[in-house]
Amino acid sequence: MAIVRIAPAVNGYFAAGILPAKEVAMSNYVIEAENLTKRFGDFTAVNEISFHVEKGEIFGFLGANGAGKTTAMRMLCGLSIPSSGKATIAGFDVYKQTESIKQNIGYMSQKFSLYEDLTVLENITFFGGIYGLSRKEIAVKADQLLHELGLFDHENTLVGSLPLGWKQKLAFSVAIFHEPSIVFLDEPTGGVDPVTRRQFWDLIYKASDAGITVFVTTHYMDEAEYCNRISMMVDGEIKALDTPENLKKQFNARSMDDVFFELARGAKRSGD
Amino acid sequence: MKQFLSFIKKEFYHVFRDTKSLLLLFGLPIAQIVLFGFALTNEIKNTSIAIYDQAHDPASRSISEQFAQSPQFNLVKNIRNQDEIEAVFKAGEAKLVVVFPPNFEQDIQHENKAEVQLIADASDPNTANTLTVYASNIIMDYQKELMLTTTIPISIQTDMRFLYNPELKGAPNFVPGVMALILTLISVLMTSVSIVREKENGTMEILLVSPFNPLMVIISKAVPYLVLSLANVTMILLLSVFLLEMPINGSIVLLYAESTLLILTALSLGLLISNITNSQQVAMIVSLMGMLLPTLLFSGFMFPIENMPLPLQLISNLVPAKWYYIIIKDIMIKGVGFMSIWKETLILTSMTAFLLTMSLKKFNIRLAK
Repeated sequence: MAIVRIAPAVNGYFAAGILPAKEVAMSNYVIEAENLTKRFGDFTAVNEISFHVEKGEIFGFLGANGAGKTTAMRMLCGLSIPSSGKATIAGFDVYKQTESIKQNIGYMSQKFSLYEDLTVLENITFFGGIYGLSRKEIAVKADQLLHELGLFDHENTLVGSLPLGWKQKLAFSVAIFHEPSIVFLDEPTGGVDPVTRRQFWDLIYKASDAGITVFVTTHYMDEAEYCNRISMMVDGEIKALDTPENLKKQFNARSMDDVFFELARGAKRSGD
Repeated sequence: MKQFLSFIKKEFYHVFRDTKSLLLLFGLPIAQIVLFGFALTNEIKNTSIAIYDQAHDPASRSISEQFAQSPQFNLVKNIRNQDEIEAVFKAGEAKLVVVFPPNFEQDIQHENKAEVQLIADASDPNTANTLTVYASNIIMDYQKELMLTTTIPISIQTDMRFLYNPELKGAPNFVPGVMALILTLISVLMTSVSIVREKENGTMEILLVSPFNPLMVIISKAVPYLVLSLANVTMILLLSVFLLEMPINGSIVLLYAESTLLILTALSLGLLISNITNSQQVAMIVSLMGMLLPTLLFSGFMFPIENMPLPLQLISNLVPAKWYYIIIKDIMIKGVGFMSIWKETLILTSMTAFLLTMSLKKFNIRLAK
């Protein structure tokens, strides 16, 4: 399988990754959803969404607040049982094999999600521990990770005293510490300055190069451009799904901002 | 198992890094025990008393002298008339007034029996009780001395009056009370807050997405607080045995078993609270209102339940600490075995079973929206 991606330029800017239009064998899809639906009483939060995500792909999951992104993501993570439809994550069924799904995914939420009263190393050790990694494995990988993040001098620093950008990079690294096949990122860069955001995306690209599929929701349209493909959710349905380039062509828009606006202004559900 | 251990280790980090809470948890019982304990011992060592001697004869003077010399009492006033008794109590000058009737010695000699009245300020019933026991002992000693010189049986009776609280109900035995209070505080409050904190920080989501069993999340959260609570029980018992010289008359094993039972009751309640709340503040308020306050009011530790109106007495039956307080008092003071407290234990066990079922039912494996 070949994912062609234009590597980050020297100045740090990313061009949009472009997937060649080619047939990919079914086994290459790590996320497959077909008519996935979630209803809460009369309210249909997610309405028959269908999409596939390839291994190693960076898949942007966009939509206004209340569009149903979070509900969809929770179904994919095995946190919420769908009302109808089919979906497999890393080959596991979202109805029956939620435990296997959990073993194979990483997750980072919009809320910062490490323990602030634990040190950097303790956080890594804890999360490694609950994924069942051995102590030795944890020690080796933690060492490597701390060097990569430039946090080596800070392994005994309480996470609460790190700057937000570092915390977020650390949270991401912890989310993929157990080498999952997919990592779900729920608005991971909220409240972070643009420079740190770009550094954060360096990490995402690195993970993707290592074969980890990245499923990311975001509100930042510049971030949307960094994704290989984007889906746009409006009122519980996927209204558009393509590469950023193609989407801009399709909607005759100059930027993703315009594409988003074009799609989202028809929304009936307002943000929450 | 390894996952479980990493989780417990992490919980202990939380507990030990939160020095303020830790200080509160261990400082509070120490402060309570020391305060209650020393307030009690001091008063009995050097309590102000007054004597109303209407006889002024050798016998009454001899007893008065014994009172004055006793290390327990400090004779501050000789009262001249009846009205002064009340005034002395109202002014707080004395905790105890000893009243000799006119013709005290004559009564002893001619009728072989006399009466001394002891009037105590029973607003603090425990102290009042102890004081009258000490005072009676002094009078008994005098009686024994008299008996040595004569063959006729002589009896000096003491007539005790307890002012302000005539029935001496609910003499606070604070050690079991402090134990009930602290166990409730740690187990309900700390547990619910610590679980809700994970929800608030968003770490609960991470835990639920991980392969770690959600039920184990809860169990591993409870373990450190169980350990902390038992450490606290040990500390309180050590303080009460060595500092307050209050012996444990019953089985220590039984005492720990019953304490563990209350801790489990409280942990289940803490769990229930954490399931129905989403912020630490709400969890804290619910815990305080729902558990700590009823424990204070209805365990019988501070306010005698017998004196409450019937509806409140009925409500008190719902408070686990009430049953625990009865059990612990019986074990520690009366030294009874399990057969005497099985009913209370059964009630507490049923409460635990009910609360645990409720909270596990409420516990949502999937993230509640």
